[in-house]
Amino acid sequence: MNTQTANNTHEVAQETIRITGSEAIIRCLLAEGVDILYGYPGGAIMPVYDELYKFRNEIHHVLTRHEQGAAHAAQGYARISGRVGVAIATSGPGATNLITGIADAQIDSTPIVCITGQVASHLLGSDAFQETDIVGISTPVTKWNHQITKSEDIPSIIAKAFYIARSGRPGPVLIDITKDAQFGELDFKYEKCTGIRSYIPIPKTNPEAVLAAAELINNAKKPLIVWGQGVILGKAENELKAIVEKTGIPAAWTILGASALPTSHPLNVGMVGMHGNYAPNKLTNECDVLIAIGMRFDDRVTGNLSTYAKQAKIVHFDIDPSEIDKNVKTDVAVIGNSKDSLAKLLPLLNENNHAAWLQEFHDLYHIEFEKVIKHDLSPTKEGLTMGEVIKQINTETNGHAAIVSDVGQHQMIACRYAQFTTTKSNITSGGLGTMGFALPAAIGAKMAAPDREVVAIIGDGGFQMNIQELGTIFQQKAAVKVVVLNNEFLGMVRQWQQLFFDKRYASTEMTNPDFIAIAKGYYMNAKRVTKREELAGAIKEMIASKEAYFLEVCVEKEDNVFPMIPSGASVSDIRLE
Amino acid sequence: MDQDIKTFTISIYTENNIGLLNRVSAIFQRRHINIESLTTSQSEIDGVNRFVIVVNITEAQAKKIVGQFEKQVEVIKAYYHTDEQTIFTESCMFKIKSALLFEEPQIQNIIKESNTRIVTVNKEFFVLEKSGRRNEIESLRRDLNVFGIMQFVRSGRIAVTKDEMKISEMLVAFNNQ
Repeated sequence: MNTQTANNTHEVAQETIRITGSEAIIRCLLAEGVDILYGYPGGAIMPVYDELYKFRNEIHHVLTRHEQGAAHAAQGYARISGRVGVAIATSGPGATNLITGIADAQIDSTPIVCITGQVASHLLGSDAFQETDIVGISTPVTKWNHQITKSEDIPSIIAKAFYIARSGRPGPVLIDITKDAQFGELDFKYEKCTGIRSYIPIPKTNPEAVLAAAELINNAKKPLIVWGQGVILGKAENELKAIVEKTGIPAAWTILGASALPTSHPLNVGMVGMHGNYAPNKLTNECDVLIAIGMRFDDRVTGNLSTYAKQAKIVHFDIDPSEIDKNVKTDVAVIGNSKDSLAKLLPLLNENNHAAWLQEFHDLYHIEFEKVIKHDLSPTKEGLTMGEVIKQINTETNGHAAIVSDVGQHQMIACRYAQFTTTKSNITSGGLGTMGFALPAAIGAKMAAPDREVVAIIGDGGFQMNIQELGTIFQQKAAVKVVVLNNEFLGMVRQWQQLFFDKRYASTEMTNPDFIAIAKGYYMNAKRVTKREELAGAIKEMIASKEAYFLEVCVEKEDNVFPMIPSGASVSDIRLE
Repeated sequence: MDQDIKTFTISIYTENNIGLLNRVSAIFQRRHINIESLTTSQSEIDGVNRFVIVVNITEAQAKKIVGQFEKQVEVIKAYYHTDEQTIFTESCMFKIKSALLFEEPQIQNIIKESNTRIVTVNKEFFVLEKSGRRNEIESLRRDLNVFGIMQFVRSGRIAVTKDEMKISEMLVAFNNQ
């Protein structure tokens, strides 16, 4: 049963108990089913840490080595599990260090709740020690944020935070709690939030729009599906598969949509976007109906908008009405949760197969294979490629691993070549492109899904951005497999410098430390591979390891990632070399 | 058509919460849109605030920006309207030396002809108040400026729409869920 307060609805709760604000925070987290949280203590959040100590058997606090690591770990936790990740930090620098992770979660629609301590309310605005206006700072990068200055507000605001983070299009929420609100007492009862009057998480789907979409799709000769993370967030993987199989429509994915449909599915035609596959990019400009599902036409997907799919009718399925016509003008927009929309669409679609059209994808794949893929995956040159490392990981894990990638060349290679069999298996920083994401995100992912193999694929640049989280792996005994693909360059920037800045390699060469010695300093099993004949054995050993494992693979220094749509170019001008 | 720059009045109905103004203004700032005027007040519904914001943008931008407002958790509903779709006004105040009222008899005529209201008069100064369209206020300011204005202030635009807003119905619908 629900009760109504002024603006929100809540579940009815049991009777109240008199406790402190800080204990209330922990009880709220427990009521929301939080089992793990990631954070770093400090002055303004100490009352909460004191309660975490008392509740240490019920809720597991993971001490990361930097608050940014805590935010990314919460993201990794959320991305692999679909549950809300939680990060906690103190005021001032603790809070500002969370911001990169929060911004990443905002642009990649990841449900996290961040709790920050704040100076006592009488000190607000006085430039007190470790005071920062974190609500002001985080406003543009949060789905919602709020500052609590009164203990009695804690339960309702935290309930709202979790509801907002997870519902509709998910996103990050930051709750800032003053120290006096943590120390003060309240009559505690917890009621889960079930509705906010100003907030419509899932807008109603217009049945006529579904009909119109079905008609366009049924009449299409060369339809192309491009799906994004909306399929995963909406738990619509089965519906997508049913639609693809019933209609025979080739289906491509954005980087965050990866793994919603197995890579090996015969109608999965690969990744769209700047370093995506040749066929789906090229044929975006030849399809007659483009069916976009839970994706937002990011510029890395569309290239030059003025030449993007101009010949096609656009059908756009999205939960967020503000995405409709934001970048690409649609002919039919179906607003709503992807699972519901696709379920309504399925019975209206005719059985079909688009064999000749699908063959065009295969033909272009063949060209890409000859020009790019075979050299990436089965190189004949001496130096190791990033692609063959991913291929070997596929072999050893049978495609069951969750791949957590950082940002750069290795990320593109990982997403291009990982053989995904299971949804929620591609965890990467898509929209924000946050170097340093993968190591902490892999920790969060592994802890949320301890039964899954979690392999972090990181470049030598990104690895050093949050290298301190090796300490978290060690302390938590998190069995994360860390692969650093070391080309002694900030490879993606170097590639651009080579192609567009006449090889002026400004500040992209890295003089790296002995990564093995560093990993061993954290008592991790660690190995360096420099020759092809060592690779298979090392990856076998890494995957077989029950504990965390660090593998450095020294790859060719100046390899480039192709295909590539140069920025500002059309998707059909995708280059193979 | 929707690429021409026009004046739009954006109305946003919101919960009355601290920080919302920051969220709203950040949406303009991020897109480099200059706010011509911004007024917030209680709306026709208790506990619901209304922002009235005037911007010069294209209709395409107006549509997108309204989408961004509606996406905010504490925004109930947002709209954009052209000048033709609204009834709008601004208001202004002038503080002028009292002596001028007697030394410059034209001032009395200006006040009378422009339907300007005298709010207060004392030995040192008097205060005028007028509501109207921008051009009326501007013309009054120009007329009075000849004699010397001690202080002048003009409010942002306030506007009501010719169409119904139906905010109450939306809130009732939520309560009946």
